[in-house]
Amino acid sequence: MIFKYNLKTALRGLEANKSRSSLTILGIVIGITAIMMVMSLGEGAQNLILSQIQTIGSKTIAILPGRQPKGIMDSLGTMFGDSLKERDVEALKKKSNVPNLAKIMPLVFGSASATYQNESYRLTIFGVDDLVVKIYDLEIENGDFFTGEDVKGRADVVVIGSKVKEELFGSSEAIGQKIKSKGRSLRVVGVLKKKGSGSMVNFDDAVFIPYSTAQQYLFGIKYYHRIIVEADSENNVSRTVEDIKITLRNMHNITDPEKDDFYIETQEGMMSMVSTVTSALTLFLAAVAAISLLVGGVGIMNIMLVSVTERTREIGLRKAIGATEKNILTQFLLEAVLLTATGGFIGIVLGASLSFLTSLVLSKYANLEWVFVFPVLAAFLGLGVSAAVGLVFGLYPARKAAQKNPIEALRYE
Amino acid sequence: MSLIEVKNLQKIYEDDVETPALNGVSFKVEKGEFIAIMGPSGSGKSTLLNILGFLDKPTKGDYLFENKSMNEYTNDELAQIRNKKMGFIFQSFNLLPRTNVFENVKLPLVYSGIEDNLWDEMVNKAIDAVGLSHRTVFESTKLSGGEKQRVAIARALILKPDVIFADEPTGNLDSKSGQKIMEIIQRLNEEYGHTIILITHETYTAEHAQRIIKIIDGAIESDVKVEHQHHATDHFEK
Repeated sequence: MIFKYNLKTALRGLEANKSRSSLTILGIVIGITAIMMVMSLGEGAQNLILSQIQTIGSKTIAILPGRQPKGIMDSLGTMFGDSLKERDVEALKKKSNVPNLAKIMPLVFGSASATYQNESYRLTIFGVDDLVVKIYDLEIENGDFFTGEDVKGRADVVVIGSKVKEELFGSSEAIGQKIKSKGRSLRVVGVLKKKGSGSMVNFDDAVFIPYSTAQQYLFGIKYYHRIIVEADSENNVSRTVEDIKITLRNMHNITDPEKDDFYIETQEGMMSMVSTVTSALTLFLAAVAAISLLVGGVGIMNIMLVSVTERTREIGLRKAIGATEKNILTQFLLEAVLLTATGGFIGIVLGASLSFLTSLVLSKYANLEWVFVFPVLAAFLGLGVSAAVGLVFGLYPARKAAQKNPIEALRYE
Repeated sequence: MSLIEVKNLQKIYEDDVETPALNGVSFKVEKGEFIAIMGPSGSGKSTLLNILGFLDKPTKGDYLFENKSMNEYTNDELAQIRNKKMGFIFQSFNLLPRTNVFENVKLPLVYSGIEDNLWDEMVNKAIDAVGLSHRTVFESTKLSGGEKQRVAIARALILKPDVIFADEPTGNLDSKSGQKIMEIIQRLNEEYGHTIILITHETYTAEHAQRIIKIIDGAIESDVKVEHQHHATDHFEK
């Protein structure tokens, strides 16, 4: 009964001081809005990256040269590492070494420009073999993919992405024409279907040539940038990873796993890494946003103290007619909590709306497949935290109110 | 059994210097009495009333309410007694701002533990008793001084207290409104049987009571029955 009455009184008090109340809760509103946005956009970004990783395929394993990158220098190592050679591929192919291996393909790549007549376009060259079609689910729009024979013979053939076709050839026929890149003339044998973004690699902006051709004539290297392996089933991925490690260590005479000159990426591994990174980042940003809650809480305390002083006579009267200290304490605490919880609620609505707008803008103008996420956890947390802020920062003023001496309070002018 | 009994009450305020406000005050108040406590300002009468109303504690001496010493009550019990057995009327009314008459009169019920479905009837009855039924939803700040004090009286009597403390209830009012207030207070005593303890420095107002205790310098100077009790209605025929 008292609670109901206190609630009504608190509501009326907030309403009577509308502008003051709204300014007071601004800090809380901003804090909760920020947390909501960080959580929502963080989760959205994570989902986006994860969905891109999923396009790699869950059975696919990538072997990279160099050590597992732990810093920027290590990353450079993987770019220029030359530890993956043809004999490694031969060794991995052996059933006795990696029994669950279904497909294996070397990969070299590099950025280069290509010209056709007067048109020039900067693109990514992938040196692959014909298995790439199956591993990355590529679809041919026109012509054919090159064959294993082309790979063996280091043929000067190229399959081009849809964007490349558009940029270099426009609407005219590309098949049979020759494009030039890195001083080498390559005959177009196929054009890929448009794949769109939403995968890790932008295939539309790429051309594919036999890896042997790329190594020998375009890049002048004897090693591979990647070896792509596909396991025969999802369940065998981790076993296959272990088999690959053992095989490569044997090939490279490595006894101490710490000194591996290669490392392995799987879909699962990348997903867990991305999840860890984005979650940590999101949490960090949310923690920063939470600081504004603290500041907002101090503001609440300040205004509550003013309110207690202003209402000294009211407190004295209430005590004179029978309010206990507990009654007064709950009245003022409730007011503070109501204040912050209202701020929290507004923050949740505002934060969700702004995140929704942002996701709309991102998906429309940044061409990302961004999906709006309503962070349920953040919403509950936000409401709980804002109420807790009211409770914590309202306690001191409320105690001051409860402990007021009724006589002095009644005499207060 | 007396409703109120004070024995050798002393109150010394200790701020920078010791200021004695009460210096050995003893008297009894029986149920149904109407007592006026008189004295010039600074005589200690307000201090006495604060102690009688459980708003303050004496430095020395004892105060028995319904034969039980105030030291034997817990703070919450004192609040309960203030709520149910005592009513307060102040010189400056002390109504809640931004609140209408009904809400002001309701206030003691909030802390009473009485089921809230009974509240409306009780409030309306109390407002009726002070003749303000036509002002029920008026905001308290828009009332005249006399009306404000009547709201305060309704608030004081809503829980039918044993004793009503009135601290200079006519002090802020013109003589006509003051007269009306005294009429109501007297009626509370005579018709409803409430014990009244009135504080005033005006002899005329004090003579509405049955008994006058005069206090000077924190001690009782005289404690006498009023020979010719004023009746507010004598001068205020309707």
